[in-house]
Amino acid sequence: MRQEQNNIFAGIDWILIIIYVTLVGFGWLNIFAASKNEENFEILDFSTKYGKQLIWIGLSLPLIIIVLFFNSKFYEQFASILYLASIVALILLFPFGKEINGAKSWFSFGAMSLQPAEFVKVFTALAVAKLVSDRQYNFKLIKNQIKAFIIIFLPAFLIFLQPDAGSAVIYLAFFFVLHREGLTLNYILLGATFIILFILTIFFGSKGMLISTFILITLLVYYLFYRGGKRFLRFNWHKMLGIYLVVGIFILGTGYTYDNILASHQKDRFDILLGIKTDNKGIGYNSHQSELTISSGGFKGKGFLKGDLTQGDFVPEQHTDYIFSAVGEEWGFLGSSFVVILFMLLLYRIIYLAETHTNKFGRIYGYGLASILFFHIIVNIGMVIGLLPTVGIPLPFFSYGGSSLWGFTILLFIFIRLDAHKDYDL
Amino acid sequence: MQKSFLLYFLITLVGLIFIGRLYQLQIIRSDSYDPIRNSAVKVEYDYPERGYIYDRNGKLLVANQLSYDVMVQPNKVKPLDTLEFCKLLKIDKIDFNKRLVRAENYASYLPSVFLKQLAKKDFAFLQEKLHKYSGFYIQKRIIRDYPIKAAANVLGYIGEVNEERARKSDYYEQGELEGKDGVEKQYENILRGKKGKKYLKRNNLNKVTGSYKEGTFDTLPKNGKDLTLTLDIDLQLYAQQLMKGKRGGIVAIEPSTGEILALVTAPSYDPNMLVGRKRSKNSVLLFNDTISKPSYDRGLLAAYAPGSPFKMMNALIGLQENVITQQTSFKCYGGFRYGKRAGAFMKCHCNIYGSPIQLKTAISRSCNSYFSNTYKKIIEKNKNPPEGLDTWHDHVASFGLGDFLGYDLPAGQRGLIPDGDYYNKRLNYRWNGSSTISNAIGQGEVLTTPIQLANFTAAIANKGYFYTPHIVKSINQNPIKDSAYTSKKQTTIDKEHFTPVIEAMYEVFKTGTGRWSQVKGIEICGKTGTAENFIVVDGFKEQLADHSILVAFAPKDNPKIALAVFVENGGYGSTIAAPITSLLVEKYINGVISKRSKYRELSMLNLSLQDIYDKQIQKPVEEIASGTK
Repeated sequence: MRQEQNNIFAGIDWILIIIYVTLVGFGWLNIFAASKNEENFEILDFSTKYGKQLIWIGLSLPLIIIVLFFNSKFYEQFASILYLASIVALILLFPFGKEINGAKSWFSFGAMSLQPAEFVKVFTALAVAKLVSDRQYNFKLIKNQIKAFIIIFLPAFLIFLQPDAGSAVIYLAFFFVLHREGLTLNYILLGATFIILFILTIFFGSKGMLISTFILITLLVYYLFYRGGKRFLRFNWHKMLGIYLVVGIFILGTGYTYDNILASHQKDRFDILLGIKTDNKGIGYNSHQSELTISSGGFKGKGFLKGDLTQGDFVPEQHTDYIFSAVGEEWGFLGSSFVVILFMLLLYRIIYLAETHTNKFGRIYGYGLASILFFHIIVNIGMVIGLLPTVGIPLPFFSYGGSSLWGFTILLFIFIRLDAHKDYDL
Repeated sequence: MQKSFLLYFLITLVGLIFIGRLYQLQIIRSDSYDPIRNSAVKVEYDYPERGYIYDRNGKLLVANQLSYDVMVQPNKVKPLDTLEFCKLLKIDKIDFNKRLVRAENYASYLPSVFLKQLAKKDFAFLQEKLHKYSGFYIQKRIIRDYPIKAAANVLGYIGEVNEERARKSDYYEQGELEGKDGVEKQYENILRGKKGKKYLKRNNLNKVTGSYKEGTFDTLPKNGKDLTLTLDIDLQLYAQQLMKGKRGGIVAIEPSTGEILALVTAPSYDPNMLVGRKRSKNSVLLFNDTISKPSYDRGLLAAYAPGSPFKMMNALIGLQENVITQQTSFKCYGGFRYGKRAGAFMKCHCNIYGSPIQLKTAISRSCNSYFSNTYKKIIEKNKNPPEGLDTWHDHVASFGLGDFLGYDLPAGQRGLIPDGDYYNKRLNYRWNGSSTISNAIGQGEVLTTPIQLANFTAAIANKGYFYTPHIVKSINQNPIKDSAYTSKKQTTIDKEHFTPVIEAMYEVFKTGTGRWSQVKGIEICGKTGTAENFIVVDGFKEQLADHSILVAFAPKDNPKIALAVFVENGGYGSTIAAPITSLLVEKYINGVISKRSKYRELSMLNLSLQDIYDKQIQKPVEEIASGTK
């Protein structure tokens, strides 16, 4: 066992740092391309988007040093307090928050605004790690499961109320963490089943779905009965009945929610994605433009600052949520695949490192980090390339915005800190 | 299995899906060379001149004038001094907000019309000031100008493409104009030409930074083609003047070609009413008037009972089916008894009591009994009424009655010519010639539009064939070649049967019901009609004043014009429709109205039926007021 060194950079994983720097740097180039206004520009003009982002990036260096400055024990010990503080911050948003784009998600300090939700992820990850790493903790007990669910869903719920459904969805990522630590896979499978049922119901209508799923389940029951004989029936009839009931209610509920409760713009997003509706001038404009922009990049791309769609500011919100479309246009298939692969490498590396931790806390936190990043990447890139409905959440390290950049930076560097210290734990 | 497997697996899966999708988008569907789909390129439209429209003699009917719309692209709008801006455009702030919200709702990233059709003097002034306001600009458009205030129903009008259509269309953008009715609608693709497109590179401030790829993709606007109509605008205008104060329709056709010489609906309106800024106010006046319906083309759409002119049809069928000859005679005792009941008697006003009547006299004196007998013989020829009626129907249909004629105008109406099935369904098979006897004299179920009846008259004038009526004579001076309008349509009646009928029609104007409307030097053949008509008010059938009808062609040999005149509630055909007809014939053939006809002209110009129309609407209004509804 090595001695703890005074140098805060000792033992940190340089591969992660390199990937981080590459992503942030490349991200900034694209923000620059997407938000550059005039022909003659000043890189240090801090009134511009790219100028501001440069400040955020610059300020993340002291932030990183602060994060690395603390001992890894600190994060373990203060996890609960940090978590509670972040919950309080979320609650305070309701009376004191500033409303931007219809959601009260921001604290405003003069010229600067902070979005607490971007930071709460970090502390939720810490809290989950702390809870689950406890030696007494065992997923077999329902009580323990519920504890974990509360930690995860409390901030998600508060964010959902802002309302910022997109950021709230991300908290589902923690199920991967829990699964890794022993929670049964059934929850994830169940969730996936319901998502599939939801989409199919929207696409085919609740009546058709109701009939076809019932036929399917009946066939399944028949098959199981055929295999298992009467024994099967005697032990499982109530379960079968339950499945019929739950699926039926879910489908009807989906149909009802979709037609009567979901706001029309949310409905449109699904309809357009599923091809039920086309509308390239109205609400479908963003997705349509972003797909076109990416397509127009071709194999090699049009070159840095030469993408006419990006330069002409044709993709709304391109510097934030749609930043990946700028990569697609100016850097082409090569550039955009490179970014996808870079993200994959980042995730592989985090999981790989997490698995080497002997300390449960570090491993669980690492999984939390990987899962959150993974979810962000799926939802954001999936939306930009037209595979998922429009959900406004940023692309980690890439999108414009101080809160998001700092949130992800802290999230990542706490892990780097934990990882650097893993050898002299215990 | 390693516990990290699931996440590794999912990351790899998602990564592959993303790269696959990028491959699909960027390699398979790459379209970096298609400027149309590239919106960093600003497309500037160069609107072509819409084609002019002329009448058959080359008189200009529709020309163009410039108009200027203020456009807005909401996402480019920066905070502005609303007060000053509103003052500039002469609107108030509430209006400003309303217009902006409407544009926003359409699409924030696309231009839409902010303020329509500026006055010319405002334009020059605004042009200078507007560049200060980001997101707003002026779009030049071409709107119509009508030097002659006539034929609004034929010409139609142009109007803004509706939002739904603009959204779906590949060609039209919001705020652009398209033909909405009449020739403008029917020939939209020919008249509009093709927008020229200039592809310009622009930056996000909407500032044009140069042409895109050196203008390789630019196209020049293609001007619309000019149309020459078959209309004789002098005749049209004259007919419109004669119809002043009356309701009804007039259609005049050149029998030898099927060209529509005049297509009149009354009341009508000045086409200039639907141009410019007063347009929306006027369109409310025109389109919401459900009583006199100025926007309803009676010449094409109003299905009337044809009345007596339909007797010629039955004469022709009778001759063709060999149930009568020229010499066949029937006696008339003041009417025709078609059943045993006391009421089963159709009165006749031919005033030839008890002596045998032959075809010629029957037509010229409009004897109901003669044609009732003939009709009954046709229907009951083979002792099978449905079969007889079907034969009858096919003959009638060969004249283009009972269905859309296929002319080149967007409005149309089938009318109704009953066949065997029709009565089988309605009367449950218990019917024969007698129970459908009204068809003999063009009353009852039979309904025709003025244009159908004019075409029918043209077919008689041609002795057995017609050309489908049409309104466009040539496109950019090239005569139309569409075989739908240039090929003969043969009727099922043989040529020789027309001669006696034409002779009889000549007799109408010589000695019969039209004799008061003769024109010296022109041999007019025609047939007057007086059609009963009813309206149903609150479930009660109410008889109104008869429609005055006349069909005619002239001259007898080598006919140049065939027409059908309907004057709603005008009474006898001989009192209104006949003088109008003879005036039109004289005007068309001689070019001027002779002194002898001046008194007729004067009385027709001054005649107004407005009192009768007013009375008609009073009745239901009173009933509603007294609460019987």
